[in-house]
Amino acid sequence: MSSAPHTIHKKGSLMEEIHDAREISVQKCYQCGKCSAGCPLAEDMDYPPSVIMRLLQTEDRQNEAIALRSETIWLCVTCETCATRCPMEIDIPGVMDFCRQRSLEKKMTHPKAKNIIAFHKAFLDSIDYTGRLYELGLIADYKARSFQLGQDVALAPGMIAKGKLSFLPELIRDRKGLAAIFRKTLHRKGGRS
Amino acid sequence: MKLGYYPGCSLKGGSREYKESVVALCKRFDITLVEVPDWNCCGATAAHNLNKELSLSLPARILAQAEKAGFEEILVPCAACYNRLMVTAHEMKTQPALGQRVKEIIGMEVSGKVRILNVIQLIEKYLLDKLELKMHRPFDYRAACYYGCLLVRPSNILQFDRPEDPETMDKVIRKIGGQPVEWEFKVECCGAGMSVSRTDLVAKLSGKVIDNAVYRGAEVIIVACPMCHSNLDMRRPDINKYLEKKTDIPVLYITQAMGLAVGISEKELGLHRHFVPVRLPEKGLLTDMPGEELEHQQKEG
Repeated sequence: MSSAPHTIHKKGSLMEEIHDAREISVQKCYQCGKCSAGCPLAEDMDYPPSVIMRLLQTEDRQNEAIALRSETIWLCVTCETCATRCPMEIDIPGVMDFCRQRSLEKKMTHPKAKNIIAFHKAFLDSIDYTGRLYELGLIADYKARSFQLGQDVALAPGMIAKGKLSFLPELIRDRKGLAAIFRKTLHRKGGRS
Repeated sequence: MKLGYYPGCSLKGGSREYKESVVALCKRFDITLVEVPDWNCCGATAAHNLNKELSLSLPARILAQAEKAGFEEILVPCAACYNRLMVTAHEMKTQPALGQRVKEIIGMEVSGKVRILNVIQLIEKYLLDKLELKMHRPFDYRAACYYGCLLVRPSNILQFDRPEDPETMDKVIRKIGGQPVEWEFKVECCGAGMSVSRTDLVAKLSGKVIDNAVYRGAEVIIVACPMCHSNLDMRRPDINKYLEKKTDIPVLYITQAMGLAVGISEKELGLHRHFVPVRLPEKGLLTDMPGEELEHQQKEG
């Protein structure tokens, strides 16, 4: 999915960065709207996916900021319906991934995305510590990060009765190796998106 | 026969009945599953949302461990893990510089020669040809086969089944005596990883899936993904609240449906672990199926 040779990006625009980092050509979008039509969460988003694409296409700093500050990029569940249907085969979820990471780096995240981000971070914490997901630890970490203390408490007894909740984490042997992976990626200062 | 196997975290925790049914079904077909040594989490949605290199490095370490153990092929029953492993193998192959960087991060070699099988591919490749001999009673129910996102998309990478109207699970259901229903939400999203952080949205998306399956006359929904299962099953109270009606259609893993058809006990298949009770009416017990007797005869002959 490389861009046509005559394409000239505005230097330093997000569209150029997305192309350099992920070989995705946002400029190929011709606004047919198929992504927004098929997106299961479009009606809950502040801007449908095709508008995010258009905002990036303008290569205007203010418009780019609207995209990075949007709730849309965090509501996208990467179901890949848009990418499957895009007539230009643009990897739209890849664009969303890039925008999420940039939005986080620049501290531009939408206030309503707080819990979604808290959950992702708690999830990765758990893997960082033990190598595998420890569900009880994840929930505790998420509650501490999001202050959603009462949520899902009613589910716990049922999960325990059905043998679905372990009290102890499973630890992998090579935890050092795992920690090194996190150090070289997520915890690296100035890491790329 | 021995087969390499990456269970992933869900199968060890909240979706242990999926693991139980996969293992029991394989055992019934004389396949012993051998876990990838010292495997780690694939990173799931969280990793690719927050950091691309991390999202490739975690699955790459799993592939490296599988290679080191000498596996040529591994079964990955969780659709989310399957998706992450497939995407990683593809990106490392098609973008050599990125692949090199990932190998440096994990400090291990990945040649990319390990084949990755999802659970339906396992059934098609190793179980279907022996199914007739093992049949115990037909799974004689109207079933909505729910594929969700991660088994079929992105289709250019996974290259498994048809992305808009997949049919592999429907074929399996037909083979075990069931009747797949035609419905509209086969590949719609259940809300996936937002189960905890945005339960309201999961209730809405999963609610539409349940509602359509019931509307099309299904008696049971069949899945092959732990996230789809927990959203449709464990989140049913939220779903029913969203739908403003009480739905009680059970959600079974394809391995549980097949397990029942070949005579594995409900307990061994973990049916008691579901939140929505599995109350399927008794139908077609040992009537027109050749069943165990045939198998027995063949062994003796």
